[in-house]
Parts: sequence; C-alpha cells; structure tokens
Amino acid sequence: MSDFTHDAWSLYIAVITLISIAACAVLLLGLSSRGAGDAGTTGHVWDEDIEEGNHPLPRWWLWLFVITIVFSLAYLALYPGLGRYAGYLSWGSDGQYQAEQASAATQYGPLIDKYLKQDIKTVAADPRAREMGQRLFLNYCAQCHGSDAGGSRGFPSLRDGDWLYGGEPEAIRASIAGGRNGLMPPMGPSVGSEDDVRDVMHYVFSLGGRAHDGLRAFRGKQKFDTICAACHGAKGTGNPQIGAPNLTDDIWLHGASDASIIESITRGRGGMMPAHKGFLDEGKIHLLTAYVYGLPR
Amino acid sequence: MDLRETYNYTVVRQFALMTVVWGIVGMLVGVLIAAQLIWPELNVTPWLSYGRLRPLHTNAVIFAFGGSALFTTSYYVVQRTCHARLFAPALASFTFWGWQAVIVMAAVTLPLGISTAKEYAELEWPIDILITLVWVSYAVVFFGTIAKRKTPHIYVANWFFGAFILTVAVLHLVNSAAVPVTFWKSYSAYAGVQDAMVQWWYGHNAVGFFLTAGFLGMMYYFIPKQAERPIYSYRLSVVHFWALIFTYMWAGPHHLHYTALPDWAQSLGMVFSLILLAPSWGGMINGIMTLSGAWHKLRDDPILKFLVVSLSFYGMSTFEGPMMAIKTVNALSHYTDWTVGHVHSGALGWVGLVSIGSLYYLIPRLYGRATMHSVNLINVHFWVATIGIVLYIASMWIAGVMQGLMWRAVNDDGTLTYSFVESVKATYPYYAIRLVGGLLYFSGMLIMAWNVWKTVAGQRPFVAPIPAVRLAHA
Repeated sequence: MSDFTHDAWSLYIAVITLISIAACAVLLLGLSSRGAGDAGTTGHVWDEDIEEGNHPLPRWWLWLFVITIVFSLAYLALYPGLGRYAGYLSWGSDGQYQAEQASAATQYGPLIDKYLKQDIKTVAADPRAREMGQRLFLNYCAQCHGSDAGGSRGFPSLRDGDWLYGGEPEAIRASIAGGRNGLMPPMGPSVGSEDDVRDVMHYVFSLGGRAHDGLRAFRGKQKFDTICAACHGAKGTGNPQIGAPNLTDDIWLHGASDASIIESITRGRGGMMPAHKGFLDEGKIHLLTAYVYGLPR
Repeated sequence: MDLRETYNYTVVRQFALMTVVWGIVGMLVGVLIAAQLIWPELNVTPWLSYGRLRPLHTNAVIFAFGGSALFTTSYYVVQRTCHARLFAPALASFTFWGWQAVIVMAAVTLPLGISTAKEYAELEWPIDILITLVWVSYAVVFFGTIAKRKTPHIYVANWFFGAFILTVAVLHLVNSAAVPVTFWKSYSAYAGVQDAMVQWWYGHNAVGFFLTAGFLGMMYYFIPKQAERPIYSYRLSVVHFWALIFTYMWAGPHHLHYTALPDWAQSLGMVFSLILLAPSWGGMINGIMTLSGAWHKLRDDPILKFLVVSLSFYGMSTFEGPMMAIKTVNALSHYTDWTVGHVHSGALGWVGLVSIGSLYYLIPRLYGRATMHSVNLINVHFWVATIGIVLYIASMWIAGVMQGLMWRAVNDDGTLTYSFVESVKATYPYYAIRLVGGLLYFSGMLIMAWNVWKTVAGQRPFVAPIPAVRLAHA
C-alpha cells in the first residue's frame, strides 16, 4: 500500500529532498575557498568593539560535512526515503518485523510445539515450562494480577482457590484467550431502601459464617432469595458459568468492609479481563494456562 | 543637558531578574519530580503528582527560564549591536507582562490537570492565544529595532535571534491549531500519525530554534564581548547559520522511528539529523575558536568558563543527537533514560550555562556596576553546576543503556529475560545519583540568586547612552 494519494506527492518529496541536500553542498562548497581574509577581519564593527575574523572553514569540519552528505545520498539510494522509491535493498520495517518473527518461530518453535502437544497438567509439572510461563506472566499478566499472582482490589488473586469462572485447565485457557466481562448490575433500586440493602448484607454474612445481626439477616433472606439467588445461588455459593462469585468463602474482590459490600450491592461492579487471543499465540497461551493452573494454591 | 539617545534597559532588567526567579522555580520542580521517581510517596495529591508536575517542569525551564533569558539577551543585544533604542517600548513592556502572565497561567493550569497532552505544547488554547499575541509583539519590537539600526550590517547574533523568533511563531501556530470544546478543553486539528508528525516537527524545532538558534544568538554576542576577541570566522557563520536553520526543519521524524510513521519519512528524518551534525558544530567552533589568543583568560574569568563550557556541552549533545537519530542506535535508546540524559546535557549544559554566563555579564551592566557583587561566588556556581551536570548525564547514560539492554534481552527459550519492573528496580541507584546532580545544579541557582540580590539591591537602574557607530577601520 502506498503512503501517497497521488504520484505527484511522491515526486515532490523525492525532488525537494535531493534539491535540499544539493543546496547544503552548494552552500558549503561555495564558501569553502582558503582565499584571502585568513588573518584579517571583515572590517565591520558593532557595539564599539565586536569584530569578525574571516578564517577559512576548518578543513576537518568541511570534510565532516561532506561525509554526512555523501552518507545521506548513499542511504537514500539503499533505503526508502525518496517518495515511493523503495531503495535498492527493498528494506521496510514491516518486512524486518516479519523476518524477525519468522526467525523466532524457527528458533523457538520446536520447544513450544513440544509443550503444545502435552496436556496442561503435564506442562504445569514441567520445570522449564513453568519458568517460561512465569516470564510470560510477569510481562503480560503481572500488571493487574501482581508479580506473585496474588491480585489486588478488583483484580482477582489466582492462587486463593476461588475461581470466578472455574479453575480447570479449559476454563483458565478460555479466560486468557477470550477474556471475561464480569458484570454485577446495580441492585439498589430492586432491593429497596438503604436499610434493606444492609439487611441483605447481613444475610450474606450469615451464609459465610461471618458475624452478623440475626434479625437483619432474617429480614434480608427474603430479598436475597428473590433478587440475588438467581446468579449467586440459593446458598450464595456462586455460579462459575456466569462468573458470579461465591459469597460464602470470605474472599471479597472489591473489598470486605461493610461500605464496600453495600456499594457492590447498590451500585454494582464491573470487571474486565481483556482477550489475549491474536495478541499472544497459541503456544504462549498454552504455557500461561499451565503456569496459572500450576500456581500453588 | 545630555541630548543623546539612551538604550531601553528597563525591559531587559525585568526579564533578567525573572530569568533567575523562573530558573529557581523550574529547577525546584525538577528536583521534586526526580525525588518522586525514587520515593513515589511524594506524590501527595493529584495536583502535585508526577504526571502533572513533569510538564510544569519542562514548561518552566524551557519557556519561563529559557524564554526569559532569550527575551533579556535579545532585547539587550539587538539594541547594542544596532546602536538603536528598542522599537515600540509599550509593546516591549507588553511582551514582559504578557509572558509572565502565560507562565503564571501555566503554573496554575498544569497542576490542575488542564493539558492538551502535546509535549512542550501542553497549554490550552486561551493561553496559546496569549502566547501568539506576545510573540507577534516580540517580532515587531525585535525587527522594528533591526529596521532602525544605525550600523550598516546586521550582526550575526541577530540572524539567530531573528530566525528563532520567526520560526517559533510558525511552529506555535501550526502545532497548536485546535478545535476548542470548552474554555479549558480543545482537540488537536490533526489526527493519528499526522498529529504525531506535526507534534514532533514542532517538538524538534522547539529544540532547534527555541533552545539552539536563540541561545547561539546569545553566544555570538557574549563570547566575543567577554573574551574581547573578534568572532573567529564570518564565513563559518554564514555556512552554519543557513545550514542549521534549513536542516533542523527536517529532523522531527527521528522522534518517531519504528512507529506508524511511514518508512520514507523516518529515513528523511534520520539523514537530515545526520547532516545537522556539521552545521551544529560550526557554531561551537566559531565560539570556541574566538578564544584563540585569549585562552589564558579562561583561567581566572568564571564568566568565560560558563560560556565556553556551555559550548562544550553544546558540541557533545549535538554529536549525541545525530547518533541517536540513527535507527539502529535509536532502537536501543528510544523510551529509555538515555533520552532524558541527552536532553539535560543540552538543557543544563548548553542552555543553562550559556544563559547564566550571559546574565553574570549583563546584570552588573544593567545597574551601572563593573562586576557582580562576588566574582568568587560565580566561580563556586560554575563548579557546583558543572559537577551537577556530569552526575546527572552520566547516571542517565548508564541507566538508559542498561534499560535498553534489559528490555531487549531474550532467554534461549524466546521469553524476555526481564520484566519491565525489574528494569525500574535496577534504575533506582541512578535515579538517586541524578537527584544529587539536580540538587547541585539547583543550589548553584540559589547561589546566583543571592549574588544577584547583593549586586542589584540599592542600586539605581543604569541609563546607558547610545554610543556613536564606530566605522570600520579597513
């Protein structure tokens, strides 16, 4: 594909470039004589005592200038620069990228293929594959999930045994490759008043055995059963099919305080794990799946 | 009664003193953000966070400190070398107050997070309009003074000041073109890679014209004055002036190597950056060789030390620049702290030292004194600043090359050897050395402020008569 909407632009660039380089050379050579004036001054005086000598251009400097001009012309003959002209070497940054990708595929392909043929549990047990997986993890995943995969608020820990979408190899692979969109809708209006929301929270606490107000939990149960159980299940243990978290394990992705939980119920939460398919090739996704699967839990 | 005309030193004095003030402010912000990179806890509020203070630092040192230094010296030099009083004194006064207003507005809006996000052109459109008004007035005052000159020829310093004023006007107008949405929000007139190209055409010429051509104008006056020697070569001035201002225009794409910018544009940016080496060095040679026959003066004249060492840093960074523009080198240096080191060898070493040296020459003369209050303190300032620069740029070179090598290191299984955060961790010691260098440079400015205060306090502003033009003795 050409960068130019019309041939004239390509010609314009080429001509103006060559004229410009030539102009530098003409300027330089036009004033390069070693002629008279070497020792004297131009005879102009400013501000009482500023005068100008008129030494010839230092030869080493003149040659430095000439060398850069010659280099530039040679470079533009070999590489793209003069409009549409591709250069004698037909080099392009796209081509260089593809060549480097191809050479990497040849060099590392066999090793990756070896792991691709193995199932995730085998790869997860292979020390070398784990090393590779960890380095990939540190470059692609650690920004959100942390270097130790421990997560942080809003970004799930991958080593607490609590899997929003399931912890089996295929579920992990699907999360990495296709990404996930976690959405808890704002439930404040459906639940009712602020007090009603607090009642639901106490019922949720009771499900996980956390300290709670029995009367409030009793009042909250009815709301929970009609509004929340559809996703989180009647016992609040969640549903990995839709990424609805288990509410009984005392793991709180968006914070464990009363205020955070009330905020989650009232205003909802959104979580987004980007899809890596296409960005990472199959081999890298395989190694990452095995690494995450094999993390100590 | 003395009927002779006098020079307008008032606006020169105003700008000279504000140069020192803004130097201290800009460098203090620099020291703070250098410390934030070591201790992230210092990002105490959104207003004082790194992301907002960094553009404040660059704007304050380039446009407030550097800009005030350029106004000071160009207004002084153009009058003295034209033997003419400044044209349109009311406009000159407007450039002072207008420019100070721009700086104050920058200091308020940037910490508030109001920014166009274009590097070195962050200020929003209302401020851009004020900049335009100030700049047009500046051009009228400067070229008006040239027009009423009593000397037959225009001195070389004025070529450079003139090129700087004209080009910065064009750069500012083109790159800041934007569609306003609200009073403090606008969108660039350009999109995608065109926006990037316009931005770096502006960005690199801001270096070439604001930070180079203007300061070469300074160099061409204050070095021959302080050394009391003629400029080395008129011919060299002609060649390097035209080659420099012409070639700089092409160099911008080297900021966009290996990006979506088409290959041909990248190549042109690279070759013209290489051609730029000799024209840049022409200025250095002309300045340094002006000392031939007067080298002994370097021993005990600290002002000359400032001026000559600034040229050494100029030569060093204008060698480094073309090298970094070569794609192969750029592949290693780009996005690393090497770039930061390169910029500061130019900013602290060249722009900073030549401005400080010129001010030490100028300030006593503006107040009718022969020298600064303490010449010894000028010497102390020189050494403190020079050691600061060396620590700064050496640490950033090492850090930058290290980062570049860490980012590209690959294991024999094809995975990257280091994660990004490991390269950050490895940079900590160099961040600490850089902070020490920056602190030294900053303390030099405090020494200068005290010296300036002792020089000007209680002094009556000096009114300088315009001497008769001395005709050539040829």
